[in-house]
Order: sequence, then structure tokens, then C-alpha cells
Amino acid sequence: MAHHDHTLDAHAHGEGMGVKRIWQVFGILLFITAIEFLVALGFVHHWQIVTKGPALYAFYVVLTLIKAYYIVAFFMHLKFEKKSFIITCSIVFIFIVYFIVLMLIEGDFLSTHLHEHPIYPNK
Amino acid sequence: MDSLSKLDEVKTTQWAGGREPWSIEYGKIMMWFFLVSDAFTFSSFLIYYGAQKFAQPTWIDADKIFQSIPGLADSGQPLVFVGIMTFILIMSSVTMVLAVEAGHRNSKKEVVKWMVWTILGGMAFVGCQALEWTHLHHLGFWFGKNPATGLTDPAAISAALQPYFTNDISYTAALQFANLFFTITGFHGFHVTIGIILNIIILCMVLNNTFQKRGSYLMIEKVGLYWHFVDLVWVFVFTFFYLI
Repeated sequence: MAHHDHTLDAHAHGEGMGVKRIWQVFGILLFITAIEFLVALGFVHHWQIVTKGPALYAFYVVLTLIKAYYIVAFFMHLKFEKKSFIITCSIVFIFIVYFIVLMLIEGDFLSTHLHEHPIYPNK
Repeated sequence: MDSLSKLDEVKTTQWAGGREPWSIEYGKIMMWFFLVSDAFTFSSFLIYYGAQKFAQPTWIDADKIFQSIPGLADSGQPLVFVGIMTFILIMSSVTMVLAVEAGHRNSKKEVVKWMVWTILGGMAFVGCQALEWTHLHHLGFWFGKNPATGLTDPAAISAALQPYFTNDISYTAALQFANLFFTITGFHGFHVTIGIILNIIILCMVLNNTFQKRGSYLMIEKVGLYWHFVDLVWVFVFTFFYLI
């Protein structure tokens, strides 16, 4: 890593991804996925203790975001980059959050209002 | 005079110029920015899927449409096959990060080993996706097509779509599901395929001692970023298509 200055090099190797850390993160990802399968296959499909609905979907989304965090932070090493770079790459997703809210509200509106009024023939 | 001499003073803060504020190589920054823009593309696809789901009065039941394991069971096994696919992709992400780690230690032998496993994992994943596509196509789903396409009798349409719905049955919902499923998993599969090709190219360069001569295996990190991104997208596709 000739292009890196020494402080960063030490930083990257000190807190970076050693083999042990890699398998730890893998374990976490596998564990979260296993919970998802336990809930979806076991609780919902097989034993039918939990019914599908917004609460369950929110639970899935939270688990998904945790998995996404571990992939980006550790596998993609973003957690160990400079703070300004982390902010640069992540702050733009505010627009995506806004887009999600916008489009789901729009979809919900269309589901009730698109065919609310009849279409009149133009004679 | 005093203010002028102040202008001549050399600033030494992080963003004053003359240094790399992020200490990241140019190509790696550009890979990150490309991935951010690619995340926008995938977000747009998935957000449209969500908007459609909210706009339709009813939707297909994922447990009913994805319940086969090619070669083992034709029905009754929801989530099992996609579980295998998810495991393969997470596993290939781990072997990729192990290749990056081996690159930091300049260990060519280990880099080659982990790159080969990553490529095999990617190929296995694309193979599984091909089987899944074949199965759905066999059922009658395709771009602009669902099992009831071509039927005109309302009773026949609802009978053709009944196996895939738990609530009310909608031709449009089934059609939108098919379009979006093939578009989004297709775009993801395309990314995986590109990733496999990039990995093969990089593997050839490793075998050619290109990075050994260059003194750094940074290129492995750059393709690694792309490969992890593909895994990241799959985490979201899995949740929104198969779980919810």
C-alpha cells in the first residue's frame, strides 16, 4: 500500500478486518438470516403463531437494515474510512428515504382514488 | 502588509490542499461513487415495487409462488431454495473479503484460492437464479405475462391465478408482480454476472503476477467492493420479494 500514508496504514491494520473478525461478521449475518427463516418458515408458515402484517414487515425491514449495516461497515470496510468519506457516501440516502415515503403515500392514494370517479365518454 | 503575509501562510488543515483528505486511492473512491449511484438505481426499482404493492388492492402471496426446490420438490417448500441462494451469496461475500485480507498480506496463493471460491459461489448463485426463472416461466410468468394471459373468461382467469393468491385475485397484480420480479432479479443477476467476469479478469491478473509486480493488491479491494454491493442488493431483494 505504497500510496497510503503511514497513519492510515496503521489504522487500517489495527482496526481492519482480520480473519477472525471476518468470520464473526459472517456469523452475525448468518444468525440474522436464520432468525428471518425461523420467523417466516416456522412462526408464520408452519406453526402459524404470527400473522403477516405491518408489524412483521417492520421486523423484517429492521433485520435487513442491520444486515446491510454489517455488509457495508465491515465487508466493504466503510466503518474504517475517514469520517468525511463515510458521510459523503451515506448522507445522500436521505433522498432515498424521502423517495420511499413519497412513493408509498402516492401508491396508497392511487389504490383508493384512481377509480373513484367514473370515466365519461367524449362524444 | 500584515493581511498579505497572512495570505501567504501555508495552511495545513486536512482540506487545505496538497494532501489526500480521505487517504483513499482515486479508483477506489470512484468505485464507491459508482456503487452509490447504482444503489439509487436499485432503490428506484424496489421503491416502484413498493408503490405498486400499495396501489393494488391485492397482491401475490410469496409463500405460494416460491415453493419449489428444483430437482427435489415441486411444491410445499416455501423459502427453502431462496435460502440456499442467500447462503451461497453471503458465503461468496466472505470468501471475497478473505481474498482482500490475503491481498493485504501479499499472499498470492491465498488470494487465488479465495478468488476461485468467490467465482464458484457467484456461478452457483446465477445457476440457482436460472433454475428459479425457468420454474416461474414454466408456470406461465414472464415479462408482460402471467398464467392467465390469453384467457377471457373471468372464471378461467381467477382459476388460473388462484394458486398464487391468498386474498382476492387480481390479473393486474399478478402481471405487475411478474414484470417487476423478472426486471429486478434480472438486473441483479446481470450485476452478479458482471461481477463474475470482473473476478475472473482479476484472477487472471493475479495469476499473471500483475499485482505482485505492482506491489499492492488494491485492485482486489475494488472488485471486492462491487461484489459486496451485489450481496447487499440481494439482502434487500430477498426481504421485499420473498419475505414480505
